Formats: sequence, structure tokens, C-alpha cells
Amino acid sequence: MHPPVVMQGTAEQAVSDASQTALRKVMRKQRFEDFFFHKITLLFAALVLLVLVGIIVSLAIGAAPAFRAFGAAFISTVEWDPINDKYGALIAIWGTLATSLIALLVAFPISFGIALFLTEICPVWLRRPMGTAVELLAGVPSIIYGMWGLFVFAPLFADYVQPLLKNTLGHLPVIGALFHGPAMGIGILTAGLILAVMIIPFIASVMRDVFEIVPTVLKESAYGLGCTQWEVVRKVVLPYARNGVVGGVMLGLGRALGETMAVTFVIGNAHDLSWSLFSVGNSISSTLANEFAEAASPLHVSSLFALALILFAITFIVLSAAKLMLLGMSRKEGLK
Amino acid sequence: MTTKTGAVYRKRLLAHRIGIMLSVVAMALGLAFLAWILATLLIKGFGALSPLIFKGDTPAPGSDGGGLRNAIIGSLMMVGLSTAISTPIGVLAGIYLAEYGEGNKFAQVTRFVTDIMLSAPSIVIGLFVYAIYVANVQHFSGYAGAIALSLIAVPVVVRTTDNMLRLVPNSLLEAAFALGAPRWKVATLVRLRAVKAGVITGVLLALARISGETAPLLFTALNNQFFSADMNAPLANLPVVIYQFAMSPYDNWRGLAWGGALLVTFAVLLLNILSRTVFSQKTPR
Repeated sequence: MHPPVVMQGTAEQAVSDASQTALRKVMRKQRFEDFFFHKITLLFAALVLLVLVGIIVSLAIGAAPAFRAFGAAFISTVEWDPINDKYGALIAIWGTLATSLIALLVAFPISFGIALFLTEICPVWLRRPMGTAVELLAGVPSIIYGMWGLFVFAPLFADYVQPLLKNTLGHLPVIGALFHGPAMGIGILTAGLILAVMIIPFIASVMRDVFEIVPTVLKESAYGLGCTQWEVVRKVVLPYARNGVVGGVMLGLGRALGETMAVTFVIGNAHDLSWSLFSVGNSISSTLANEFAEAASPLHVSSLFALALILFAITFIVLSAAKLMLLGMSRKEGLK
Repeated sequence: MTTKTGAVYRKRLLAHRIGIMLSVVAMALGLAFLAWILATLLIKGFGALSPLIFKGDTPAPGSDGGGLRNAIIGSLMMVGLSTAISTPIGVLAGIYLAEYGEGNKFAQVTRFVTDIMLSAPSIVIGLFVYAIYVANVQHFSGYAGAIALSLIAVPVVVRTTDNMLRLVPNSLLEAAFALGAPRWKVATLVRLRAVKAGVITGVLLALARISGETAPLLFTALNNQFFSADMNAPLANLPVVIYQFAMSPYDNWRGLAWGGALLVTFAVLLLNILSRTVFSQKTPR
């Protein structure tokens, strides 16, 4: 603690000793309170960091026996066999990556279209309700997506879309293998499409925000040269907002990787590995949701912790990259 | 010459028209999915919605009737407790970031981590609470569920509080300082009060976020077929009941699942709309 500030000057000298000490007392009290206020808020901010460290440490401790038993080969082993107590993560990792990539490929163009519509095409009075509607799509709980996906989307998908894909893309030489097998409705492809619907609002709202950062002068210059609206968006807005767009896409990817309930409903929950996107599979999160409560052997539990650690590490890296790209974008906003 | 420029012009116009049309189609697609999901919920859930759903408890396998009373009450208890935990933590941490965060490495790292925790997989949070709490007390409980939900809600509250506080004009703070107010009073009675509505928005958004969360409750609160108000025991809750009943072979269970899904979704969407319309007008933007 610093000593109280000694007042100087003629006016202060006139103040009597009694009120001087009273003033000092008040100031000392206020300093004390401020000191505590700082430390208490600091404590709560530190709590957030502590939780992150806690998550990493507790997952690592839980995963240690599995990594000790299987080594680094855990990641590349296909077998997941609770009966013989042998575990490998490849199927789950493949399921997570495949569904997320499908989601990204589908969601990116649609999100771009929505962001373009909301920033450039939509009449101003309609922007707010339209934007809210898209954000509501993000508010729908993931379990609802799962139920809708399993009971409504999957049967229609099996009846109409999958036969169509099989008869067209299925005959192509290399990618034909991706669209092979019985049309069950559920599987990797369905999970990816449901994820796409879920992450569209996240990507679209980030894109909309970064499109709005683009200086109007820049756009008007292009219009002045005779560019069409589409050319302005493609050749001025998009290049200017590139980092933000990539950041938004990575944010969506981070969401897709960790999504649990929607995927658990529609992926099929089978430890199968196949090139076909029609086949059932398992993702890291769906494996955790299905097996953790019932896992009996310590090695099984530990392997699930190892899966969670891998998932957390992947999402952490993806989300960090997204955040760094968006930080660069907000610096541009400062320059505007 | 003129035909050539005409051709170029037509080509550019065509590209423009196709691009704009695709954008409109994308927007229509987004709205269509929202409408499709909500329509599904209304059609399938409305049939199950009757006063009985609030009176009866979740039925045993194979038995008729039943309701969701225990699940609704369990969910309200857990969400209520986690809001009570996460609001003070989130607001105080947000105050720290806004108040002392300028050019402060620790605050920058905290802000970064908060943003990542916003999108961190919720099932991993459930696993974490299982590892540190459930595994130690040796039983599932409503408290564990509330802790897991709090961990998801805190980053939302921190981020909105921080963002809102930073919008308060400096002149307001300087005026308060000039009157001789200590920092903690300026931070709480002036700065925080100026963005009260914004902070409430954050709390409502966090509430909306955790109300529908299922994954973190699977290994923490688990579920309870019977009515229980004991937070220190497995607690019935809507999301997990919906999950288990939707996957079940019984028709009345599935009906209840759709009814519960309708309740949860409309509660969450209502909170979302409420936070956006009622409170957003009063916050400085």
C-alpha cells in the first residue's frame, strides 16, 4: 500500500487537522477497497484460465493409461474392441473429420450467399428480421437437429437423394466409391449434412460482420468504374474480407468437430470403416456419448478420455487459428 | 467493335444475375430449414402437449400415459442454479477484462481463452466435470450437471459483459472520477449500471445456450425416472429425457420426446428473441 498523498497548497493548509485525518481515513479506506476490487475481479478472470488448464490436465491424466498401453499407435489403430480390451482411435477420428469436412463444403457456399444477401441485396427494413431468423437457426438446440435428422430428414434422404447420388455420382471412376452401398438414410453423409445446417448460421453471421467492415469508399469506387454488384462482391468485398471469411469458416469447423447430439442421432454408431459416405460410422463425440456411461474396464474409460483429449486438441487448434484470423480483421476495422 | 462490347456486357450481366440469384436461393434455403424444423416440432410435438405433460412423471417402460413434470422441474433447478453460479463469476471476470485489460498480457490471454471456450465441445466439459467431481463423490448428481452447465455459461456472460462495458464513453467515467469516486464505485455504480441491459442480454443468451444442452448432462446429472428435488442425486432433466425417449421403441415415449422437444425449443427461441429485441434497444451500439 502506498502512503496517503500529502495535500499541498494554501487552500489545503487551511483545512483543520481533524478533517485532514478524516480525509486520510476515507482515502485509505477507498484504496483498500480498490485493492480488493482489483484482486477479486482478477481472481474470477483467472478462474476462466484455470478451467482451461484443468480440462487439459484432467483429460491428460485420464488418457495416460491408454497412451501407455497403446502408445502413439492409438491414433492410427482401426480396432475398437471393448470385449478384448483393445482400442484404437482411427474410426472415430475419421468420422469426426469426414462429417466436419462435408459440413464445411456444403455450408460455406450457402453461408456466403446468406451473408451476401444480408449485406448487399436485402432491403434495409428486412435486414433485421432476416438476420434474426438466421440467428434463430443457431439457437435451436442440437438435440432437436438430431431428432429432426433421424425421423424426418433421413427417411426422405434414403428414399430420394441417396438413389439419385448413387445413379449419377456413383458411376464416376474415383469418387464413385464414396457413394456406394445401401441407402439407409443414416450415416456419415447424413451427419455431415445435418452439421452443415447447424454451422451455416455461425459462418454466415461472421461473414456478415466482416463484409460490413469493408469501407464504403472502396465499394463505391468499384461501382464508379462500372462494376456490377456481383463483381464488387467477388473482386472487392471478398478479397478485402478474406481473413475474416477464413476465420468464420474455421469457427464453423470448430463447432462441427465438437458437435455431439445431432451426430449421435444420425451417424449410426457403428465402429465400421469404409470409403463410402453412405456407410454408418462413429465420431469422437458420438463414441463418448454412447459408451462413456457404460464403460466398465479402466482401459476402456481411459481410451475414451484419450479420444476426448484428441478432440479437444483438434478443436483448440482450429478455434485458435480462427480467432487469430479474426483478430487481424478487427485491426483492419480500426484502420477504417 | 460494338457487338464485342455488347457480348462482354451481356456476359458480365449474366454472371451478376446468376450470382445474385444464387445468393437469394441460399437465403431461402436457410429460412426453409428453419421453417421445416419448426414445422416438424409443431406437428409432432403439439399432439403430445396436454396439461398431463406437466402433471405426470416420466412413465416406466411399457406403461401408458405419463408426463414430463420431473424432467421439467429438474431442468429448471439445474439451469437456475447454474445461472446463479455463472452470472456473478462471468460479470466480475468481464469487469476485470474491461477495467484492467488495457495492454495487459494476462487479460489478453484470458480474453482469447474465453473466446475458445465459447465454442469448445460441450461433451468434453461434461467429461471434465465427471473427472473432477462425479468420480470423486462416486455418484451422478444435479449439482454436477449444474457445474457443467455453468462452465458453458460463464464464457458467454464474460464476453458480453466485457464487450458492453467497453462501449461506455470515457467521459462518463472521467466525470465520476472527477467527483472523487473510487475506482470500484465507478466500475460498478457508473460503468456497469450504464450497460445493465446489455449484461442482462448476456445472461439471457447464456440461459438460452444451456437450456438445450444435452451432451454435458449425460455423465453428470444422468437421469432419474422418478420425481426428485434432491440436487445431490441423479436428476431428471428435459434434454436427456428427450434423448432417451426419442431413441426408445415405445410410441408414447417418442410422443413425450417430441412434446419435450417442442417445449425446449420454443423456450430457447423465446429467450433468444427476448434478449435481442427487448433489451438491445437500451444498450449503446
